[in-house]
Amino acid sequence: MVLKRRHLLGIQDLKVEEMELILYQAKAFKEITQRRIKKVPTLRGQTVVNLFYEPSTRTRTSFELAAKWLSADVVNISTSTSSVVKGESLRDMAKTIEAMQADTIILRHGQSGAPHLLSNLVSSSIVNAGDGSHEHPTQSLLDIFTLLEHRPTLNGLVVGIVGDILHSRVARSNIWGLTKMGAKVVVVGPPTLIPVEIERIPVEVAYDLDKTIERFDVLMILRIQLERQQSNFFPSINEYVKFYGLNNERLKRAKEDVLIMHPGPINRGIEIAPEVADGPHSVITDQVTNGIAVRMAVLYLLATGWGEG
Amino acid sequence: MKLFKKAEVIDEKDMARTISRLAHEIVEANKKVEELVIVGIRSRGVPLAKRIAQRISEIENREIPVGILDITLYRDDLTLIAPQPIVRETQIPFDIDEKTIILVDDVLYTGRTVRSALNALIDFGRPHAMHLAVLIDRGHRELPIRADYVGKSIPTSKHETIEVRLKETDGADEVLICELKER
Amino acid sequence: MTKILIKGGRAVDPASPLDGKRDILIEEGEIRAIEEEIRCEEPEVRVIEAEGKIVTPGLIDIHTHLREPGREDEETIATGSAAAAKGGFTTILCMPNTEPPIDNHSLVKFIIDKSRTEAVGNVLPVGSISKGLEGESLSEIGQMVKGGAVAISDDGYPVINTELMRRALEYTRIFDIPVISHCEDTNLSKDGVMNEGYVSTILGMRGIPRAAEEVMVAREIILAELTGTKVHIAHVSTKGSLAMIKEAKRRGLKVTCEVTPHHLILTDEVVMGFDTNTRVNPPLRGREDVDALREGLAEGIIDAIATDHAPHALNEKELEYGLAPCGIVGLETALGLLLTEIVNKGVVSFFDLIAKLTIGPARILNLERGRLKVGSPADVIIIDPREEWVVDPSRFVSKSKNTPFNGWQLKGKTVVTIINGRIAVENGELV
Repeated sequence: MVLKRRHLLGIQDLKVEEMELILYQAKAFKEITQRRIKKVPTLRGQTVVNLFYEPSTRTRTSFELAAKWLSADVVNISTSTSSVVKGESLRDMAKTIEAMQADTIILRHGQSGAPHLLSNLVSSSIVNAGDGSHEHPTQSLLDIFTLLEHRPTLNGLVVGIVGDILHSRVARSNIWGLTKMGAKVVVVGPPTLIPVEIERIPVEVAYDLDKTIERFDVLMILRIQLERQQSNFFPSINEYVKFYGLNNERLKRAKEDVLIMHPGPINRGIEIAPEVADGPHSVITDQVTNGIAVRMAVLYLLATGWGEG
Repeated sequence: MKLFKKAEVIDEKDMARTISRLAHEIVEANKKVEELVIVGIRSRGVPLAKRIAQRISEIENREIPVGILDITLYRDDLTLIAPQPIVRETQIPFDIDEKTIILVDDVLYTGRTVRSALNALIDFGRPHAMHLAVLIDRGHRELPIRADYVGKSIPTSKHETIEVRLKETDGADEVLICELKER
Repeated sequence: MTKILIKGGRAVDPASPLDGKRDILIEEGEIRAIEEEIRCEEPEVRVIEAEGKIVTPGLIDIHTHLREPGREDEETIATGSAAAAKGGFTTILCMPNTEPPIDNHSLVKFIIDKSRTEAVGNVLPVGSISKGLEGESLSEIGQMVKGGAVAISDDGYPVINTELMRRALEYTRIFDIPVISHCEDTNLSKDGVMNEGYVSTILGMRGIPRAAEEVMVAREIILAELTGTKVHIAHVSTKGSLAMIKEAKRRGLKVTCEVTPHHLILTDEVVMGFDTNTRVNPPLRGREDVDALREGLAEGIIDAIATDHAPHALNEKELEYGLAPCGIVGLETALGLLLTEIVNKGVVSFFDLIAKLTIGPARILNLERGRLKVGSPADVIIIDPREEWVVDPSRFVSKSKNTPFNGWQLKGKTVVTIINGRIAVENGELV
């Protein structure tokens, strides 16, 4: 098996074997992240550009360490869509980065499809680090990697993704990733935050967390954006917490060995209570460590795969 | 192109004797056996390393730590080779500081693999010394590298290949000289 | 002015109705004679052989955007009308969302004067409903109509204020012109970039529900009933809208509607590749809607097919999907697409298709065009139904190239366009 791709734009179009290869490679890279000297010379002389149009300390740092531990030179470009003429930025930025001879561009952007556009504008490899509400493929890969450290297989597991599914790229990538790997996904949230026709993917839709929580082997809790309240997706944060916040009380009904995940950053006390985030079921810190290993695997495979699009 | 077998240079009995001799030579040259660790280079260096370690522990009545090294990420031809090489896990679950490492591989040829392995091991710490043990030395070095313990030296031409087969990986213990030829 | 004799073609005129072999004589800008055989030996007569081809009235596009004044880099009256002529359209209505908008009689006059000197075909201005397209106070509709505006519309900027819409409808009763409504509840469609459905869900893009259109279609029908005046629903895109329009017509209300070629041909599946040339307003809908629109066309509920030709500069379309402007060019591809995808695939007959492009829009506007009739203005085109061609935006006459149909293989093309008795297009190219 070879990952014959120039770009990683999403999980939707990845084959299961490609996902398995990335996960297998990530295991080898995880060993490197545990060494005293965390550096291999593999991508020496290559330039990786972190192009972030949305603030994200976690994802950007994770990609930066992954690239540096592979000995690539890393340039960080953080900008915001509001500071430049609307929309003009990406195309112009693409030309600038092209001139810098970047081998790989890691793109985080507020618009769905921005990485696809960028891949048509430059010859570099593109890694999607989150585009709009569309996809966040490395997050899904690291979530699956983390689950596989705790479970032999995802076959037959029931995963509940709880919260703002409508606006979540993490949810979309994980729905594709988890179902490809054999898990069953149930999305749980208020009807206003569940996108239409999502059952066709296929996933199951539930609105009541208390009635469904006992079924889940894994609970993936999404960050709730406070500004959604202003758009009337729900009446108040307070009410949201009452119905969907994961606390110890609610957790009592869950399976004894349920795993709790969260892509971060966490609103402690809102979508997840501090005692749950730091509790025995939580694998949230594993997710962070594994993120670097998975991203090293992705960078390595894209750099050596040189296949067509 | 197809690979044709030309000759068998080591059979099962020879293999056992050779490994035993290598183990004895290593013990003789390294009096402080407690400082000895063995690291096999993937893939066939690994079962060889384990067999040598086993033999040494029989001789010395002492467990010898064995590590596994994958040198893919240190290769100097990474972006030139196809298909994409798969990185296997490196397992060196012990401290190598102030240890004497016996690096084990099946065939010593250009020396580039050994160069990669030396670079990789230095990232794990600062050993007292590193020695190289190989089953076959077939010549044609491209780097200033030599083996400290050699099972058998076999002069070859460049269009010949050495096929090392081990029970653990290939179901039999033998070493063959083969040649690439047009059908 | 020379005489033109079109000989040996199959004449199709839904208004007459006529479908048969006819010779047509054109003189002094008018159709002089339509007969089974016309002999004319005079040397100054220009004879066009139309054997094997189809002669129809010049097409009328009730919905185009020329970017003059304001964005002449994207389209002008000259280039837009030339693109129209090449596509077989001899008369086009230009929407008022220019910069500044056509919201007063001097801008109407500007369009009319400019068209007289620069346009290839007939360009009829549509005035705005509200001043500045702001949806707050009525434009001076009477003076615009007197100056030559043939309809009013705030196309692109839906009139949210229901009271204002009611007054606009009532007031236009004096002039007997249609109010063209772009039906969109902008609260429901807010921040939406494509049809709300499975595709928007997997792409993670904000959807525009069908209800955003249907709520306003329902409102316009109710207001049409209240005021008794003509409402024309622009670019219908959903099954639900069509059902309401069908019912309104059954009840005898003066409600008409149009549909675009792209809404008849494409579904929201094409958004998958993030090509910004699939971003239109209203958005491309689902299969069920496309099927309903085709059925509505066949049933006769749809009165006209209009291009909604909306030119945009390449650098404005080469953007992230959600930031790109809506709209595609359509004048040069409409007929070929409709013949290939709608007529040749058996949705409606050639005759019925031509009706929706000629007499259909002419009736909505009370125009004395769109028919082959002795004494009528000589807007006549000749279509070669067998010519196969490939859509190549680089060869467009329009200044803008934003089309999702790049590379499509089409069959059927306008080869000759005669406007007011002048040959504008010959051998498929502008004269």
